[in-house]
Amino acid sequence: MGAKARLTALLTTTDLCCERDSRTLVDGLNLSIEPGHIYQVEGPNGSGKTTLLRVLCGISSRYTGDIHWQGQPAQKVKTVYHSQLLYLGHSSGVKAALSPRENLQWHASLKGLQGDEAESAILAALDKVGLYGYEDAACFTLSAGQQRRVGLARLFLGDAKLWILDEPFTAIDKQGVKELESWIADYAANGGTVILTTHHELTIETPINRIRLGEV
Amino acid sequence: METQAPSFMSAFSATLKRDLLLAFRRRSDFMNPLAFFLIVCSLFPLGISPDPKQLAILAPGILWVVALLACLLSSDTLFRSDFDDGSLELMLISPVSMYIQVLAKTVAHWLLTGFPLTLLAPLLGLLLQLPSSGMAALVIAMAMGTATLSFIGAIGAGLTVGIRKGGLLLSLIILPLYIPVLIFGVASVKAAVDGFDYAGQLAVLGAFLALAVTLAPLAIAASVRISADN
Repeated sequence: MGAKARLTALLTTTDLCCERDSRTLVDGLNLSIEPGHIYQVEGPNGSGKTTLLRVLCGISSRYTGDIHWQGQPAQKVKTVYHSQLLYLGHSSGVKAALSPRENLQWHASLKGLQGDEAESAILAALDKVGLYGYEDAACFTLSAGQQRRVGLARLFLGDAKLWILDEPFTAIDKQGVKELESWIADYAANGGTVILTTHHELTIETPINRIRLGEV
Repeated sequence: METQAPSFMSAFSATLKRDLLLAFRRRSDFMNPLAFFLIVCSLFPLGISPDPKQLAILAPGILWVVALLACLLSSDTLFRSDFDDGSLELMLISPVSMYIQVLAKTVAHWLLTGFPLTLLAPLLGLLLQLPSSGMAALVIAMAMGTATLSFIGAIGAGLTVGIRKGGLLLSLIILPLYIPVLIFGVASVKAAVDGFDYAGQLAVLGAFLALAVTLAPLAIAASVRISADN
């Protein structure tokens, strides 16, 4: 990979290999994630989509090869990388015993938002995901889809440069799927970058780059 | 919206606040070890004999052993719910250092187990006929000792959180590490009861605590990282 590509790309991987339970899932993957693009990781169940995303965002270190964030080794610039990354996994980190507002207060503090700024950002985010009026209801009283939306509200806290979304469309109604698609499209149009996995056919105007896994 | 690097204090207090709030919402969870402490201690006079002389000899040991088991019982839950709902992964990839976050979680754990145990201890000491000369030593030693136990327990909890039935393994890992705290905890109360100076034993407990607060979070953070990575 040329030095120039590394300078413009947000995230690059070189010869990335991931294994899980002694099965090779990703072998010699060279990715160059450019700003403002949408990337969809594709592959059948068990082909390592989630494993790849977890490796990319730094939860898992079971890989060989290199991952660079804006030209720097991701391990070395972890704090910078993680302050600009938003990861949404299978489980959304939402506590059922807390209200949406209390849940997001914790997430906001991890993102460095404080005080009034955090409060207004949380309310705006909850409004955006359609939970206006549910701020102070305990999450266990909300439906599965609404709880999922509490997790999605994190997308609007802080100003991440990269979203890594693992099956973001799970348990979301048709209307919600459309909304989420439009948020992703808007985000990409404003220079944001998205890497996601989904079995759902995206209907987004923005061209989608596909990363295929599980082809031997 | 400008995102500044999260300050240590605000991240620490946010995690602490969240854990205390969660415990407050699920009161039965954190009452468990306290009820255990209360019930087991109150069974001893029935099981051994209500004779004040005999009980007074055994009291420091009983109080410490039961407090230790209560801490062991509660440490399993430290990271469990965060692991199950994905919060642990988010902690790992947040810009806030894991050191601060696990420190906050462990302090919250102590406030919910060790601290109430410390407050209950004089009452149960009275029940077990512990001479009043030993009370001050008991409270101070309990406060420092249970805090150390929380930190040690958190290392084990971090290591076993990824295992479905890690209860037995957790006790095997951390019980040996609890022993020094038990020895010096009991020794300080015994010395106080016998009228000796107990500052030395308390100093050793204080040293354990200082070591635990500064070094244990490193081990806890590493163990949590290992557990999340599979």
